[in-house]
Amino acid sequence: MRAPLTWLAEYTDLAPGASGADVAASLVSVGLEEEDLHGGDLVGPLVVGRVLAFDEQKQKNGKTIRFCVVDVGPHGQMLTEGRAQEIVCGATNFAVGDLVVVVLPGAVLPGGFAISARKTYGQISNGMICSEAEIGLGSDHDGIIVLSRLLGPERAADLTPGDDAIALLGLAEETIEANVTPDRGYCFSVRGLAREYWHSQGSPAGGFRDPAAVTTPERNERGHEVRVEDAAPISAVPGCDRFVARVVRGIDATRPSPAWMRRRLTQMGMRPISLAVDVTNYVMFALGQPLHAYDLDTLSGPIVVRRARAGERLTTLDGVERVLDVEDLLITDAGQDILGVAGVMGGAASEVGSSTTDVLIEAAHFDPASIARSSRRHQLVSEASKRFERGVDPQVAPAAAQLAVELLTAHGGGEADDGVTDVDDTTSPAAYRLDVTQPGRIVGVDYPRERVVQILRDLGCEVTATGDERHVEVRAPSWRPDLVDGPDYAEEVARIEGYNTIPSITPTPTGGRGLTHAQKARRVVANALAGAGFTEVLTYPFVAEDLADRLMISAGDERRHAVRLANPLSDERPLLRTSVVSTLVDALRRNVSRGHRDVALFELGMVFRPGGPLDQAPIPSVLTRPSDEALRQVYAAVPAQPRRAGIVASGHIEHAGWWGPGRPADWSDMVVAVRSVAAALAVPVLVVGDHGHRPWHPGRCARVTLEDGTLVGHAGELHPKVLAALDLPARTVAAEIDIDVLIAASDRAVQALPFSTYPPALTDVALLVRSDVPAGEVEAALRAGAGDCLEAVALFDVYEGDRLEAGHRSLAYRLTFRAADRTLTTDEVNGFRDAAVAVAAQATGAVQR
Amino acid sequence: MSGPNTDYDPVEVSALDPAAIEAASEDALAAIAAATSLDQLKAVRISHQGERSPLALANREIGALPPSAKAEAGKRVGRARAGVAAAIAARQTELEAERDERILVEERVDVTVPATRRTPGARHPIELVTQRLADAFVGMGWEVAEGPELEAEWLNFDALNLGPDHPARQMQDTFFLDPVDSGLVLRTHTSPVQVRTMLEQEPPIYIVAPGKVFRTDDLDATHTPVFHQIECLAIDKGLTMAHLRGAIDAFVRIMFGEEIRTRVRCSYFPFTEPSMETDFVCFACHGAGAGDAGGQCRVCGGSGWIELGGSGMVNHKVLRACGIDPDVHSGFAFGLGIERALMLRHGVQGMHEMVEGDIRFSQQFGMEV
Repeated sequence: MRAPLTWLAEYTDLAPGASGADVAASLVSVGLEEEDLHGGDLVGPLVVGRVLAFDEQKQKNGKTIRFCVVDVGPHGQMLTEGRAQEIVCGATNFAVGDLVVVVLPGAVLPGGFAISARKTYGQISNGMICSEAEIGLGSDHDGIIVLSRLLGPERAADLTPGDDAIALLGLAEETIEANVTPDRGYCFSVRGLAREYWHSQGSPAGGFRDPAAVTTPERNERGHEVRVEDAAPISAVPGCDRFVARVVRGIDATRPSPAWMRRRLTQMGMRPISLAVDVTNYVMFALGQPLHAYDLDTLSGPIVVRRARAGERLTTLDGVERVLDVEDLLITDAGQDILGVAGVMGGAASEVGSSTTDVLIEAAHFDPASIARSSRRHQLVSEASKRFERGVDPQVAPAAAQLAVELLTAHGGGEADDGVTDVDDTTSPAAYRLDVTQPGRIVGVDYPRERVVQILRDLGCEVTATGDERHVEVRAPSWRPDLVDGPDYAEEVARIEGYNTIPSITPTPTGGRGLTHAQKARRVVANALAGAGFTEVLTYPFVAEDLADRLMISAGDERRHAVRLANPLSDERPLLRTSVVSTLVDALRRNVSRGHRDVALFELGMVFRPGGPLDQAPIPSVLTRPSDEALRQVYAAVPAQPRRAGIVASGHIEHAGWWGPGRPADWSDMVVAVRSVAAALAVPVLVVGDHGHRPWHPGRCARVTLEDGTLVGHAGELHPKVLAALDLPARTVAAEIDIDVLIAASDRAVQALPFSTYPPALTDVALLVRSDVPAGEVEAALRAGAGDCLEAVALFDVYEGDRLEAGHRSLAYRLTFRAADRTLTTDEVNGFRDAAVAVAAQATGAVQR
Repeated sequence: MSGPNTDYDPVEVSALDPAAIEAASEDALAAIAAATSLDQLKAVRISHQGERSPLALANREIGALPPSAKAEAGKRVGRARAGVAAAIAARQTELEAERDERILVEERVDVTVPATRRTPGARHPIELVTQRLADAFVGMGWEVAEGPELEAEWLNFDALNLGPDHPARQMQDTFFLDPVDSGLVLRTHTSPVQVRTMLEQEPPIYIVAPGKVFRTDDLDATHTPVFHQIECLAIDKGLTMAHLRGAIDAFVRIMFGEEIRTRVRCSYFPFTEPSMETDFVCFACHGAGAGDAGGQCRVCGGSGWIELGGSGMVNHKVLRACGIDPDVHSGFAFGLGIERALMLRHGVQGMHEMVEGDIRFSQQFGMEV
């Protein structure tokens, strides 16, 4: 919301010499954030000029250029030695003899645009003839300003070339712009901002002159009939509880609005249009009451306010035909022809035009929720809907209508009807019994009772004493529907006293339990992976519909049951991920495309799975805590979102260098990564081959489980077809770990095993086995047969080659034995080894070499 | 410099001849001093201390002497032999020290050659900043609370006094699950964690809730559809806006430094009443508003202040919806975007760097910020 300082000064006393920045700062102190400052940033000379002659020439670029001679009074003498100014102009909307606005060399236009004499189209241009947009007067840059049109011929007749145009056009005036929060609808008016500024200055007596304090005629039966027939109020709130209608007859709609009004509208960021429209906008800015002007001749009967009927249509002022919803509140002519969507936008048919002579002014009050819904439904945000949505003062309508009538008759030459329609179903807000100590207890500042009462009265509240000293009855002013209970009043007291008087006291909780095991464990996982050389990234969880196909995930796999967004950012990615690897590969691909050949990434994040059919989440009442059963249903409807770690790598995991060649990342790096994560949490895991789990390579995928068989994740090389479908480098490897499973398994006190201080005995054994026997099984068999003294088994060599029987390989193990109570003898160790080999032979067909 | 005395004939030395003993001893000492390597010293030891060395032979001859001469000859030869042994031992120590020194010199390498076989990994700074803030609050006795990212609409909106007509509930702001009436959304803030905590725990409650949140914004320099917030909620008896300021001040000090001041002003949020907006003194220009080069400070844009985020006393409607009696307990909440904090504190230029996953971004930050 904008407000020119001169306009604010009409309603309140500005501090002497206050600049726009000062006023904005004062408004900030009472809770109105500064948005912008406009105006006051133009440096002259900017003068009135008269076009003496011009030579119009068509240029090679197709533009028509006028080489003008302009009388700019004494200013021209300085630059062109007594001759009128020669100025090149690209506009053609003026004639010889017109008064225009000329900016001369040395001036600076808004935006820091410095003007100098410069060559344009082959001639020196000593300045520029200005458009509205160039001097910050408006948005019009279709042509230059012709002052007789902008100001009216009478006013223009008094002007002399060389007159200062900055003062003439009010360009030195500053306009502040404040960001109005949704609870302060009344600040969408100069009236409201002036009141707030007055509060920022300590609310001095007589310092606020309410523009709504005008004498209004009593309502009577002679006005245009208005009927409110709301058959379907939303949440039992009537759609319209106030409707003031006034009629002005015999105006000349072609008369321009007065220059001061046009200037103010421009300063407000609104383009002047016609007298009737300008007046309604001006009054809206002044008082915050949106008005609508109808051409009375287009009305055939009473105005009826009603809800739309199914299938009704309306072409609004913006030329769009809209299908109406039964919730839309309408203004209609006799209940039939639709004049507009109440409080949002009028229809094209009843618009005031140049031939209009009789005007009906509507000043009404509508239910904020109803307006908000219509505005959103039709994606139509207007100055009116913005205000109604946030709450308009329901008692300001008669004053607003009166001001509009006065301005229309004063400048349009018409006469007001003596009929005054005022349908008033408003109710005064309920009084609140305020504990005067409550603001202090909420804010943490001890406000004296008298101060609280004084602040509330300054705000416009009616405050009356009750029987006891501690409580008062407060009735909020009509423009403050947001003031309902104690905290609302506490905020008012705090902001008027100044938020910066609130002290800073560090709260002292009685002591927390620190991070939970899961929170600490997740950090351990992330740090372990980072320590192992993987770089953490965060990817968006949005995935494409066909991603499951490209990942070759089989039909029926639960990872295909992705939840779908109703309004995805891109239709290409409407689903939420069911695995972290599925989005992590996007980051891998991006890194590779940026020239990183060797990339190792990880991400910890949630995956989303509906876990069967999606239940609708109920929306219980918020007046009290929902029942346990209602809450259970809310919680149960939220799909499971387990946390996963995804890991991917491609290129070399170890670099080449002076020490030798590099080593490409392979399946084993992924298995090791999963094992190291499990080890970091001290959770024992088992690894077996998994041939059927996509997107992994059927021969290079490990399935990792807890010892009880619970799935932890998969690790290995991705399927070559998947890599091709996802445009990933060959031999890209990946792992996905269910962190929640590991964390649950690790949430226990590890029991320490005693260890022996006697020397270990080492013995090596080479076993010949069929190539399809997993090493994991051989090791398990050795462990099973080696007895209690076995301390470690290490596979230190794998050999396949000509010297062996075809289809076989040799696995060389080093077994470490140690007894708790003695040094083992060679015979004992050999016995253990033979026992281990015997079990391995029986279980896997292994033969000792 | 002489080599090992290999052609010396020891038979010429007689134990009875003091001059010969003296000469043999001097020869030995000279050879020892001349030995420049441990190998040479070994040869010298064999020649002059070995079984067939002159002094050993002289020593053997002593037995054949008459008893009257035995004592004196024995003394003479013994002294000579002890002198040689001591000299050998001393030279041995010297030469070993020289050898050890030389080996260390010979083993020198160029430690400046690059030797990284494996690029170190890194954490994402969003996570690190979150940890920093969470840890500081945990240190003050708060706890970390978490919740799902896909959330019930009731928990994300209704319970927070964001009624059905609130603008934030529109499709242009919030990701809804299909079908639209499923009652599920991608949470638009971390506040549903507050609601869950209040519903399930008895006051006093002091929690920080960090996490991922979602809005239907396209990615640009200042927006991303997926971003991170951290939010603090305290519910206890007698909490006031003064405590809220205190908590915010603690937060700002953790992030931007001990000396940073704050200022507060009135604002509006549906879930708090009274509501507050906080600015803190720009940590780069310390409120001066000027940059190093004399222009406007690039961090705060010249105002000298930086907007931190919204806060306030938890709205009584929210407390009631969560089963907390506002006549008994009061509370406050505040939060801010982690991305913005990261941009401010670490000079990150835009959102793209934080969301694209380029390894160069995370790798700048190491494991702690």
